[in-house]
Amino acid sequence: MTDQTFIAGKPVAAKPAVVTRPRREVFSKHRMSFVTWLYLYASLFIVAAIVLLPLLTTAIGGFKTLGDLRVNPFGLPSQWIWSNYLDILGSGRYWQMLANSMIIAVLTVVLTLAVASMAAFTFAHVKFFGSGFLLNYFLIGLMFPVATAILPLFIRIRDLGLLDTYWGVVLPQVAFGLGMSIMLFRKFFQNVPHELFDAAQVDGCGYIAYFWHVTLPLSRPILATVGIVAFVNSWNNYIMPLILLNTDAKYPWPLGIMVYQGEYSTEWQLVLAFITLTILPTIIVFFAAQKHIVAGLTAGAVKG
Amino acid sequence: MSQTMIAAPAQGRAGRPRTRGTLPVLILFLPPALLVFTLFVILPMGEAAWYSLYDWNGYGLPEKFIGLKNFELLYRNGAFRQALINNGLIMLVSIAIQIPLALWLATMVSHRIPGAVSFRLIFFMPYVLADVAAGLIWRFVYDGDYGLFAAIASFFNVASPYVLADKNLAIYAVLGVIVWKYFGFHMMLFIAGLQSIDKSYYEAAEMDGATRWQRFRNITLPLLAPTIRLSVFFSVIGSLQLFDMIMPLTGGGPSNSTQTMVTFLYSYGITRMKVGFGSAIGVVLFVICITLAFGYKRIFMRND
Repeated sequence: MTDQTFIAGKPVAAKPAVVTRPRREVFSKHRMSFVTWLYLYASLFIVAAIVLLPLLTTAIGGFKTLGDLRVNPFGLPSQWIWSNYLDILGSGRYWQMLANSMIIAVLTVVLTLAVASMAAFTFAHVKFFGSGFLLNYFLIGLMFPVATAILPLFIRIRDLGLLDTYWGVVLPQVAFGLGMSIMLFRKFFQNVPHELFDAAQVDGCGYIAYFWHVTLPLSRPILATVGIVAFVNSWNNYIMPLILLNTDAKYPWPLGIMVYQGEYSTEWQLVLAFITLTILPTIIVFFAAQKHIVAGLTAGAVKG
Repeated sequence: MSQTMIAAPAQGRAGRPRTRGTLPVLILFLPPALLVFTLFVILPMGEAAWYSLYDWNGYGLPEKFIGLKNFELLYRNGAFRQALINNGLIMLVSIAIQIPLALWLATMVSHRIPGAVSFRLIFFMPYVLADVAAGLIWRFVYDGDYGLFAAIASFFNVASPYVLADKNLAIYAVLGVIVWKYFGFHMMLFIAGLQSIDKSYYEAAEMDGATRWQRFRNITLPLLAPTIRLSVFFSVIGSLQLFDMIMPLTGGGPSNSTQTMVTFLYSYGITRMKVGFGSAIGVVLFVICITLAFGYKRIFMRND
């Protein structure tokens, strides 16, 4: 701001006769009068406070005693109780939960990437009878939520003997993510220059070799995008594990946190510490890889 | 290696190499996706329609055919009607409050002002958190003994409200959390949309002396219309699926005042193992989703 004014101010010094004109131009060009500036930042700070306040209160609340929380929910703790956090970190339960979430999410991501990229490849490159129909078949999956079919899904998983197993959650998660994943992959694959494929063919490269040696290595950005979407969806998924798992030891964190809250419902300080520790990985990863995550989570929307 | 050997004859065919291996690639690449998708998405959906005609607890085979009785029961159920109203309300708030808010913020943070990127990230952060975690955090904020509301009440020396336990207020509390959690996602969509608008329109308008509001009304809004339509689409579909957030906040209570279709499905169909009745809810939800999705696309998104 300041250096722009300075540069614009230069002619002012050179020609004192037209003092007012360049000044007005400064304001209109950058359309940022002081009032606008104030309005802008005041609004942004208020909204940011509304977003952050609940999160910060949660994190700080985890350091308080229950009594402290009661009389002073928003200030800093009168005494920092580290044991709330340390006890949870020392318990196997927290790590077990995260491990469960991690196993389910990694299996979901790997399987989604493999299955969806192969299917999308055939839709993008292979001309075959019924390909348009099949593609639409997969895209139906985008139209309705898991909940519509959750009871029959439960019965199916039960009859397959997969109830209360990681795979019993992973497979439906992969299935419900396929529509979006195939769509994203297909879009990307179609944009790979066709000459590349022709050249590879001339060299005797078949579809499968082409997929493995050319398409996949070129597709890192889309693999990352689809992988992030699948990971976040799996990591945050609540309804599927809720219905398809029934042993505490296998619960991923969204279920574990609810069980914990049920057990310690009156001891908010512990619940708050627990919530903080469970969302901490998400927040750290979000800030570390924010560009990819924002791009990934809005990709389906923008490209769809 | 064998590929290189066969390459020679393929090349010889008048410069038009026929792609070999269409069949192997189809046999290898399509079935995994087809199998998973059919097994865990399409079949359960079809079965929901089938089971919905039976009175069945999920064991043995569905034998007690009762026709459309489940749908009739559903139609007469007051809690389900409340759920429908609530879903409508959520949709309304998403469209009438959340989207304008997101648009307003997007226009602010897309200015080249210091800190814009940080604000974007902060606003997007709630979207990355799991609904369950967001719900639990706000359950604390709304808590009449410990939370923000308790603090405000004690500050003004009035009896602290138990917002989530009040059947007239609870739904508004839930709506607040929904806006808090999702406005950042819509804001990101709008930012992407704003970036694709050609800056020269604004320069031209400014030269003609258009006010800030006129520029917004006559340039931003019309050019952003496709993004807004998309954003509304996501709000509509998203509001129909709402479940995870309600469970930690109210579980659908008090006295069913915060039920949505999916929480209703959970508490009346799944926890009571009424497979037939639950499936009927699923079918209704499916029909509503498909009708709204296709109807909306047909009417509003024809040219997008």
